[in-house]
Amino acid sequence: MTDHSETAVLGDKPATAAAGAPVITEEDLVEGSSLWKDAWSRLKKNKLAVGSLAVFIFICLFCVVGPFLSPYDANAQDLFAGAEGPSADHWFGTDTLGRDLMVRVMEGGRISLLVGLVATVVALAIGVIYGATAGYVGGKVDASMMRFVDLLYALPFTIFVILLMVAFGRSMWLMFVAIGCVEWLSMARIVRSGVISLKKQEFVEAAVSLGYSHRRIIIRHLIPNVLGPVIVISTLTVPAVMLLEAFLSFLGLGVQPPNASWGVLINEGQANMEIYPWLLLFPAGFFAVTLFCLNFIGDGLRDALDPKSAKD
Amino acid sequence: MALLEVNDLTTHFHTRDGVVRAVDGVSFSLDRGETLGIVGESGSGKSVTCYSLMRLIPEPPGRIERGTAMFDGQDLLKMGPRELRKIRGNRISIIFQDPMTSLNPYLRISTQLVEALQMHTDIDRKSAVNKAIAALEEVGIPEASKRVHSYPHEFSGGMRQRVMIAMALITEPDLLIADEPTTALDVTVQAQIMDIIKQRQNDLGTAVILVTHDLGVVAGTCDKVLVMYGGREMESGSAEQIFYHPRHPYTRALQKTIPSLQAKGQELFTIPGLPPDVSKPIPGCAFYPRCPYPKTGTPEGERPALAEIEPGHCWSACGFCDSSAPIETVLTKAGDVADDTLPETAGSNA
Repeated sequence: MTDHSETAVLGDKPATAAAGAPVITEEDLVEGSSLWKDAWSRLKKNKLAVGSLAVFIFICLFCVVGPFLSPYDANAQDLFAGAEGPSADHWFGTDTLGRDLMVRVMEGGRISLLVGLVATVVALAIGVIYGATAGYVGGKVDASMMRFVDLLYALPFTIFVILLMVAFGRSMWLMFVAIGCVEWLSMARIVRSGVISLKKQEFVEAAVSLGYSHRRIIIRHLIPNVLGPVIVISTLTVPAVMLLEAFLSFLGLGVQPPNASWGVLINEGQANMEIYPWLLLFPAGFFAVTLFCLNFIGDGLRDALDPKSAKD
Repeated sequence: MALLEVNDLTTHFHTRDGVVRAVDGVSFSLDRGETLGIVGESGSGKSVTCYSLMRLIPEPPGRIERGTAMFDGQDLLKMGPRELRKIRGNRISIIFQDPMTSLNPYLRISTQLVEALQMHTDIDRKSAVNKAIAALEEVGIPEASKRVHSYPHEFSGGMRQRVMIAMALITEPDLLIADEPTTALDVTVQAQIMDIIKQRQNDLGTAVILVTHDLGVVAGTCDKVLVMYGGREMESGSAEQIFYHPRHPYTRALQKTIPSLQAKGQELFTIPGLPPDVSKPIPGCAFYPRCPYPKTGTPEGERPALAEIEPGHCWSACGFCDSSAPIETVLTKAGDVADDTLPETAGSNA
């Protein structure tokens, strides 16, 4: 067969692209471009997704870098400047304790985004591996794995978190773990059902017949096929996680004052909504825009990751 | 020594409704470079025979009950998963019926070919890609160097089946199992695919097991033929023996169903009745209920033992009917009856 490789190399000459034939760009000939490279080139053509990505990155930078550039400290109170509307000094205004709202939104965003992303990644990792394994192995293993999921589903979330907090003390990382532990359940179910419908397809059988190991088949052949729904669910998980965090903080189990998260800020804001509307508008606006962006990015990614979606 | 020596292969499925005897004591042997055709109706156990050899039977409910399959001195049926993985795709490859679903839709053709190659050989990516391109060229994919990076959905069914062949043969296996490789394709492409399989077989000296219900294909390509019915071996022998001196009533009836061998204007011959329900024990000869020959006894007991008529030519010697006469004598009578009941059809055809 080695003698054929020479002809293959000759075949690469641009001369073979005869006049009238579709022009093969350099990009098409790139060797071994991966699923992600392809997805990126397709995603670039989706204006809404790219725009959302830009806005999302801007919000991230705003929250991460912003506090260093601001002259105010997020927790410094100035009771004389309490609850003033947006002005040249305080762009977003101040809250009832005279703290600069912009810095607080930035600080809150840090925590909210961190919770959202870390917990989602945790949920994603556990859920995908767990669900894919259960679905692929099937039979009794699948049944017992999924009954365990049902069991966790049945456990009231609040009690679960309170138990964790009591057992291990309160910390933000514990909150990540708690939220991740809850959110991976639906991920596992979705991945499992996807894998079950896929594993009956002949390409899985073909992969077995080519001598691939089960682990390889799950990771290389099955998981990419369920990435579409997984990505969409992940982008929906991020806002769900942020809301959970707000809920926990409200109960006093999550982020504690004076620290802020968007959930905490919105909570404070809605208490004073009628008198000081900006206290609600700014954090809620950031929260909403972030969620929109994540949804659009998720949509775009789903299309981009599917090789069948029109390339041209 | 033969490359593959299958002896008394028996695969059952233990379902809720009982034991399905999908393959019931099949034996055959195959030398390097030879082609074995397995023919039979749907549900006769052809595919399960192949899947059993590759150990692709889902267990449970399936179970290989007994038998041996000596492949180059090793018993395929007793291998551990690790040894199996070394054989699968490397020394034995399989092509499936439906090329539309046999390729992973999310991976490029190049990725899938390279993966198959790198799995079994120590080869770097670049030369693996070159080898993949060469493999595609050999199965007649035009502009292979560009198309190698396409996704499966950008290929037609016939081209996908070519890719499957290329993938199965890229590791130069000793044995290729083709499970009805042309059933899902349209007629014009079928011949091309068969040509490619044959040509690659000649190039590489691969032994081929070809599962099909197209007897024409078997006559054109196979050295040996195994006729299966109800999970059992009805007759086996060289292609000449099976086609020119068929012994078993089922083989004879099957041959009569080839449309091109029938006179023009005549109603196409079909074997009346349905294949047996293999989830129930079949007494005696599996073909007995549909056999057109005059019955001489009631089927009972175990399946008839295989009897050798001439060297290499075996048949399941049934003793429940008188099958000494050629099948035409039996069928003309049946044909007369059909003509009587359907005078209009016969008239309009004439």
